[in-house]
Amino acid sequence: MASLESRLGAGATPHRRPWMTQSRREAIVAYIFISPWLFGLLLFLVGPILLSFYFSLTKYTLVQAPQWLGLANYERMLTDPFVGIALQVTGTYTLLAVPLGTVTSLLVALLLNQKVAGIRAFRTIFYMPSLISGVAVAIVFSWLFNHRLGIVNFILSRVGIQGPNWLGDPNVVLWTLVLMSLWGAGSGAVIFLAALQGVPQSLYEAAELDGAGGFRKFWHITIPLISPVIMFSVITGVIGTFQTFTISYLMTGGGPGYATLFYLLYLYRNAFNWFEMGYASALAWVLFLIILFFTLILLRTSSLWVYYESAGRER
Amino acid sequence: MSAVTQSQSRSIYQTTHSPQRVARDALRVVFVYALLIGFSVLFILPLLWTVSSSVKPIGSGMRFPPEFFPSQIVLDNYPQVFRMIPFARYFFNSTLVSALAVTGELLSASLVAFAFARLRFPGRNLLFLVLLSTMMLPGVVTMIPQFVIWRTLGLTNSYAPLTAGAFFGPAFSVFLLRQFFLTINLELDEAAKVDGAHEFRIYWQIILPLAKPALATIGIFSFMGSWNDFMGPLIYLSDTNLYTLALGVNYLRSFRGGGELSYQMAAATMFVAPCIILYFIAQRYIVQGIVTTGLKG
Repeated sequence: MASLESRLGAGATPHRRPWMTQSRREAIVAYIFISPWLFGLLLFLVGPILLSFYFSLTKYTLVQAPQWLGLANYERMLTDPFVGIALQVTGTYTLLAVPLGTVTSLLVALLLNQKVAGIRAFRTIFYMPSLISGVAVAIVFSWLFNHRLGIVNFILSRVGIQGPNWLGDPNVVLWTLVLMSLWGAGSGAVIFLAALQGVPQSLYEAAELDGAGGFRKFWHITIPLISPVIMFSVITGVIGTFQTFTISYLMTGGGPGYATLFYLLYLYRNAFNWFEMGYASALAWVLFLIILFFTLILLRTSSLWVYYESAGRER
Repeated sequence: MSAVTQSQSRSIYQTTHSPQRVARDALRVVFVYALLIGFSVLFILPLLWTVSSSVKPIGSGMRFPPEFFPSQIVLDNYPQVFRMIPFARYFFNSTLVSALAVTGELLSASLVAFAFARLRFPGRNLLFLVLLSTMMLPGVVTMIPQFVIWRTLGLTNSYAPLTAGAFFGPAFSVFLLRQFFLTINLELDEAAKVDGAHEFRIYWQIILPLAKPALATIGIFSFMGSWNDFMGPLIYLSDTNLYTLALGVNYLRSFRGGGELSYQMAAATMFVAPCIILYFIAQRYIVQGIVTTGLKG
C-alpha cells in the first residue's frame, strides 16, 4: 500500500509522507539479504581475528585459561631458530613457485589460445591436474619421485641422465615441490585464457599493418592488456604459497632435515601437536602481516606495471 | 566508418598471402601441435600412471625397473581397499560434507550477491569494498581462534566446523556471482516489480534460473574445495569413523599392507574420480562461467 502510494507519488502530493518509502523498504530487504555475510564477517572473521590477537599475547595451552604474557611470544619468535628456517623455506618456495607458475600458466594459455583443431580436448587435459587434491598429489608423486624405484628417474636414466634424489636431498627437495606445483598450472591457464580472448583482435591487426612481429605484438599488446589478470594471479599465488601445508605435511614432513619446514607446518605443530596456541597465534599474526605487506606492495606498485583500460570499457 | 576501413584493410591483407607466409603458417601449426602434445604428455602421464598402477599386482612398487603398463591386471586391489579401511563410510562422509558446503554456499552467496548487484542500499559500496578485502585475507589468522571456539562449543569431531562457513556467504563466491548478476539486464527486475513481485521472488524466480552457468561454476569449485580439503578435517576430526576421504586415503598408508603401491593408487583413483566425473559433466558450464563471471579481472 505504502509502496503503491510512493510510486504514484511524483505528481500528486500525498497528505502524509509515509515512513516506509520504496527505497527504504529496498534497503531493509537488502540488509536482510546480506545478513548471512554480515554475520559471517563477525563470527568467522572479525571476532576470530581479534581473538587471535589476544591469544598471541598470552600463554594458552587449551587446558588452562590464557595467561597474559604481553609481547613475550613475539620476542620468542626473534630467538626461535625455526622461525628463521621456516621463513626462509617458505620465502624461497614462494619466490620460485609464483613466478614460474605464472609464466607456465601464461605459456599454456597462449598455447591453448591457438586456433587449431582439437584444442578443446587439450584444454581438458591441461586442466585435469588442477582437479586433483593435495592428498592424492602427495601420494602419487611420492612414488613417481622415488629416488631408486620411481619412474621419473628411470625415464631420465634411459636418456642418460642420473636423476637427483628428488625428495631426499635437501638442496633439491624445494625444487621438486615447485615442479609439482607447476603440474597444477592449468587452473591459472584457464583464467589467462579468458583474458587472452578478451583482447580485441583489431589491435593485433593494426599492429600487423604497422609491421609488428609476433613477439612485439605479445609484448606490447597482449601483456599490457592482460596485466591486471597477471597481477591478480600473482597476488593470489603469493597468498596461497605462503600458506603451503598439505604437501609438506604429507610428503616430506618438513624434511629432509628442515629443508621443507614450511611456515604453516611449523605453526601447525606448535598449535596442534604441542598445544602452544598463544605462540602459534603470534606466528599466525606475523605471517598475516608478511602476506599483507607483500599484497600491499604489489597493489601499490601496480600502477607501474599494470595497464588499466579507460573506465569506459568497463563491463 | 571504422568498421569499413577495417574490413577493407583486412581483405587487402588477406589477398597478399605469399607462398612463404603460407609455409610459415603451416610450420607454426606443426610447432603448436608439437608443444601441445609434449605438454599434454607431461600433464596427463601422472594420472594415467596412477590408474595403471591401481591394477598392478602386489609388490609392483618395489620392482625395478618400474613398469608403466601392468604386467597383469589385478582388479582385486579395489575391493581390497574397502576391506582395509571403511572406504564406503569415508566416501559417504565426504559426500555429506561436500553436499552441505555446496548447498550452503550456493544459497547464501547468491542471496548476498543479489543484494550487492541489484538492490540499492546505503553503505553498499563500502560493504562491497570490505568484502573484496576479506578475499585477500589469509585463512591462517582465523584458524586457531576458530578451532578454540568450536572446541568450546563441543563441536570438534562434527561436521559443523567444516561446513558452517559455507552458509555465511563466502566472499569469493559472492564476488563472482555479483559480477555475473550485473550482466543481467536490470529491466527484468523493473518489469517484475511492476507486476507486483517482491525482491525475494525476483531473486528466486528470475535471477537464479538465469544464473545457472555461474552457479554451476561456483558449485563445482565449492565441491572441489570441500572434497579435497585436508587441513580442516585434519584439525577437527580425530574420530576415525568421521574421517573424510582426504584423511582416509592417507590413513590407509598406516595399515598393514597400506604401503602397497597398488592399494594406494586404487584409493587415490577412487578419491579423485568424483571430481573428474563432475568436471566432465559440468565442463561446458565451467568454461562459460569463468568467462562470464569476469574472473579475468
